[in-house]
Amino acid sequence: MALPYDHAAKFQEYAHPEMIVSTEWVAEHLDDPGLVVAESDEDVLLYEIGHIPGAVKLDWHTELNDPATRDYVDGAGFARLMSEKGISRDTTLVLYGDRNNWWAAYALWVCSLFGHPDLRLMDGGRAKWIAENRPVSTETPERKRADYPVIERDDTRIRAFREEVLGHLGKPLIDVRSPGEYTGELLHMPDYPQEGAVRGGHIPGARNVPWARAAAEDATFRSRAELEAIYRDEAGLRPDDDVVVYCRIGERSSHTWFVLQHLLGYPHVRNYDGSWTEWGNTVRVPITRGDKP
Amino acid sequence: MTAATLNPRLQEIVDDFAAVGDKDRLQLLLEFSEELPGLPERYAEHHGLLEPVPECQSPLFLAVELSEDGTVRLFFDAPREAPTTRGFAGILHAGLDGMPADEVLATPTEFTGQLGLQDLVSPLRLRGMAAMLGRIKRQIREKGAC
Repeated sequence: MALPYDHAAKFQEYAHPEMIVSTEWVAEHLDDPGLVVAESDEDVLLYEIGHIPGAVKLDWHTELNDPATRDYVDGAGFARLMSEKGISRDTTLVLYGDRNNWWAAYALWVCSLFGHPDLRLMDGGRAKWIAENRPVSTETPERKRADYPVIERDDTRIRAFREEVLGHLGKPLIDVRSPGEYTGELLHMPDYPQEGAVRGGHIPGARNVPWARAAAEDATFRSRAELEAIYRDEAGLRPDDDVVVYCRIGERSSHTWFVLQHLLGYPHVRNYDGSWTEWGNTVRVPITRGDKP
Repeated sequence: MTAATLNPRLQEIVDDFAAVGDKDRLQLLLEFSEELPGLPERYAEHHGLLEPVPECQSPLFLAVELSEDGTVRLFFDAPREAPTTRGFAGILHAGLDGMPADEVLATPTEFTGQLGLQDLVSPLRLRGMAAMLGRIKRQIREKGAC
């Protein structure tokens, strides 16, 4: 029982327009059965001070991660989480969040590991909704518990592990961090000292395309033509390339993963969620310093 | 060991956090965020007088005043869309505003670890709170107390 797509002209240019909706579309369909809107933020209290009416909270930190292992929840854990939120396998799940949708894109990517059929990202995220003075609510919705099936996580298609990245050296890699992190000048992202590494630099061969280049000032994605100028013309990605993206912990690169896979339609894009906090701390893996790939 | 040196008001806050479960702990942090007073006019109109705290994940500014009687006045400014940062500022305000300078200086930075928030917010956010406290103490020393 999928909801209609957003036919906004901008989205029709994208390779998979069914993966993205506008704030207008969300406002219009809020009460439709079959839709669940979920907010995923970096700031754990933002949802509480006011969210899209009816939206549920999906916390990346405490809900999508395994509490002990550095990994995501397994099939049973994901089924439990989705059921609790009132999300079933045929729900149209729309994600949005703070900070240019970083965590929303991350949550969407994790849901994709479980192959949830109908996932969409709200263009512009929380900031755009608030800027447009659309209604917000502090009420936590009481959604009827759903019965989400246990689907095993598929880590083979859109997720890359360290060994696979080692085998991928020489093929296209996109490092989406800031230039200072890429060159090795900074051991962590400005203002994020905890997520550092003992070595600075990048994975050999990786090109630096900071994630923010894909976003406009209002946090929406740039147009297809603008994105192609960046990833095809500048970074030199070819249509059939097997691409691995990474950042520091995998959340900013989920944003770029979404752009490459769904907006530009590259068929083989994997997010290396171990990212620099793993690579830059791993014994004997090669790294490159400076501004050249 | 560190708990012994917290002033009673801050200790009470730490105890309140310790007494509740994870969900209520976030609610409590939200309440502190809501209770953070706005800036008085002399700062609202002269924002340049405030010191930025770049260690926080969201924009935060603070000012410290030392009264003649040796007590400390604290002022914070953070946007509404930064509730966690506001909550941390709110805890510091509730626990330290109006306290004698030596008691504020004696507050161990590690107290942020006693709030039980480690599993709920990212560690770097807790560092932001520690950074606020560090800057408050530095300003007190610069203003010549103790």
